[in-house]
Amino acid sequence: MNQSIISARGVSKMFIIGNKKPYYTLRETISEYVKNLFAKKKITKFWALKKVSFDIKQGEMVGMIGGNGAGKSTMLKILSRITPPTEGKIEINGRITSLLEVGTGFHPELTGKENIFFNGCLLGMTTKEIREKFNDIVEFAGIDKFIDTPVKKYSSGMYVRLAFSVAAHLESEILLIDEVLAVGDTEFQKKCIGKIDDVTKKGRTVIFVSHNMALIKSLCKRCLLLKDGKIIFDGETDKAINKYLESYKTGSNALIDRKDRLGNKNAMVTKIDIVNLTHKNLQFRMGDSIMVRLHYVNRIHKDIKRILVGITIKNQMGIRLFIQHNKLSGDKITLNADGGVLACTLPGLPLIAGRYYITYSFLEHEALGGDYIDSIENAVSFDVEEADYFGTGELPHPEHGLYLMKGKWTQLKKD
Amino acid sequence: MKTIIKPDTDLKFIDLTEVIKFKELIYIFAWRDISVKYKQSMIGVGWVILQPLATMIIFSYFFGKISKIPSQGISYSVFVLTGLVFWGLFSNIVSHSSNSMVDNENIIKKVYFPKIIIPFSSIISSLPDFCINLVVLFIFAAINRAEISPYSLIYIFVGFIITSIFALGFGLILSATNVRFRDVRYALPFVLQVLMYTSPIIFPLNIISKSNQLIIALNPLSSAIDTARHSFMSNQALEPVYLLISATSATFIVILGLLYFQKTQKFFSDIV
Repeated sequence: MNQSIISARGVSKMFIIGNKKPYYTLRETISEYVKNLFAKKKITKFWALKKVSFDIKQGEMVGMIGGNGAGKSTMLKILSRITPPTEGKIEINGRITSLLEVGTGFHPELTGKENIFFNGCLLGMTTKEIREKFNDIVEFAGIDKFIDTPVKKYSSGMYVRLAFSVAAHLESEILLIDEVLAVGDTEFQKKCIGKIDDVTKKGRTVIFVSHNMALIKSLCKRCLLLKDGKIIFDGETDKAINKYLESYKTGSNALIDRKDRLGNKNAMVTKIDIVNLTHKNLQFRMGDSIMVRLHYVNRIHKDIKRILVGITIKNQMGIRLFIQHNKLSGDKITLNADGGVLACTLPGLPLIAGRYYITYSFLEHEALGGDYIDSIENAVSFDVEEADYFGTGELPHPEHGLYLMKGKWTQLKKD
Repeated sequence: MKTIIKPDTDLKFIDLTEVIKFKELIYIFAWRDISVKYKQSMIGVGWVILQPLATMIIFSYFFGKISKIPSQGISYSVFVLTGLVFWGLFSNIVSHSSNSMVDNENIIKKVYFPKIIIPFSSIISSLPDFCINLVVLFIFAAINRAEISPYSLIYIFVGFIITSIFALGFGLILSATNVRFRDVRYALPFVLQVLMYTSPIIFPLNIISKSNQLIIALNPLSSAIDTARHSFMSNQALEPVYLLISATSATFIVILGLLYFQKTQKFFSDIV
């Protein structure tokens, strides 16, 4: 039982980031090539993983945490052999299956039954295995009535349940799971976690990537904490989570060093933190109320009266979703001579899951066209995670809108 | 089971034992493509027959009746339909496999399996259409009172093997290229059209000069179609030289395709 089932030694992965966009057509490649003959070639090498080493023993359930871009997903992709490492070596003693996405290869035209076979086979089951477990899978998903219906007619909840169910019945010595449990209704999530727990009790090894610290805490004893492609902590889950949350805080301290400030810098924001008012932790879920706190210093040591302070929130595509400033809210704000903290409360975030960027501005004279005191575009970012916003277990497709809006449907009498 | 993951630098030939381990997946991919293809289409399998039959009627009229292209002593309609059935098999495999990496991008990025399985599966998923068309061809030949050779099954089989090996090799090269350059998608219809008119589909090999015949035989489809046509030409002997040239060139192309695909495939999931 004490033998390592996975042992990774000095694993690195490099990506080459094109200076502009990836080439898609031959014409562009040729024109780029000609351009590059004359210009100095700018290839940016990006090391997603740098000399990562770890051992995992049989039957362990190990969590992998870290901020976005820390290298968690790359590590899982290398472990599951989707992409090769640039350096290093990994030895794996057992069959490995990876669950990087729910319902990989699900085809909308195929029925539930057909998709179970296709998906199961993709994930590494034999058709014989699937046939044996077919009834369990259908029962677990609770969709026996719709098993011969094309999945395009399924509700998103049913779709996710079916996809989970196939994955939950995988039998391999090692299971890699990426963030997939974030979707689906909470009831079903619990069922799946119970299933995964059973799996490890039978001696299987699980590597689990998630942003959901509560989930990691309840499932894993040991955690790997990744930052900038390196393992910065390997040990007890509680300690790893604390370290992770700490590193978040130090991340926003770097705001002082930002050179892309606008304004006369009579006052400067030195730190921004975002507090979750709904849940007392540092993650944000859909519908949570948050408070954005701007810590500022006053460099002229005199009160700066009647300023305009505002924040805008942009999504990952750079689309401005909304602005909130003290003229809209009708509050009078003065920057104190000895500095302080300005807080903006945003009740019930109606944002879909994703990463968001906060831009803040201090302007003189309470005027939108006034002179800038201090402003940084995309000063900090935060992630919003999926949650049961509507209380129905359903969520809209991310492409169907940037906002969540509660509503009610009823039938009215004809007049 | 022990797996070692390390940087993929040394050039090696495709790992066939691994492909065999995943053989079920080949069928599953083929089965998915076949079942998706005809769901929600009204006349379903009818489309399979309609395409070569309609083309045959048009070609028979313009090339057979008006241009009077010779047809090696058999009815021109049977002659051209044989060519079209094999052409259909070829273009099906090629167009299907050349888009296979891009179409299945979401799967390639999320699950590990030998990627070459998807182009392989396009041979199997083209089989039902091909078999249906063969049945139509033989019924049509019988109606036209063509003399069906006792060796016809062997001829057809040889034609099928050469066509699908050539198509696989060609499809592998295109699918690997398609990952980097989406030009393939736009160039493919044009390339297929050129290939169709330079293959002996509407004309017989023997109307061109001896030396040009040797060049045309480099296109594996020439011998594949010519051999298949001998099913209806019991009185004529096969030309083994052309068959040998075509078989060699088909083998060459498939080896080239396998090597190129193998060399490039490891980075597909990074750049698709």
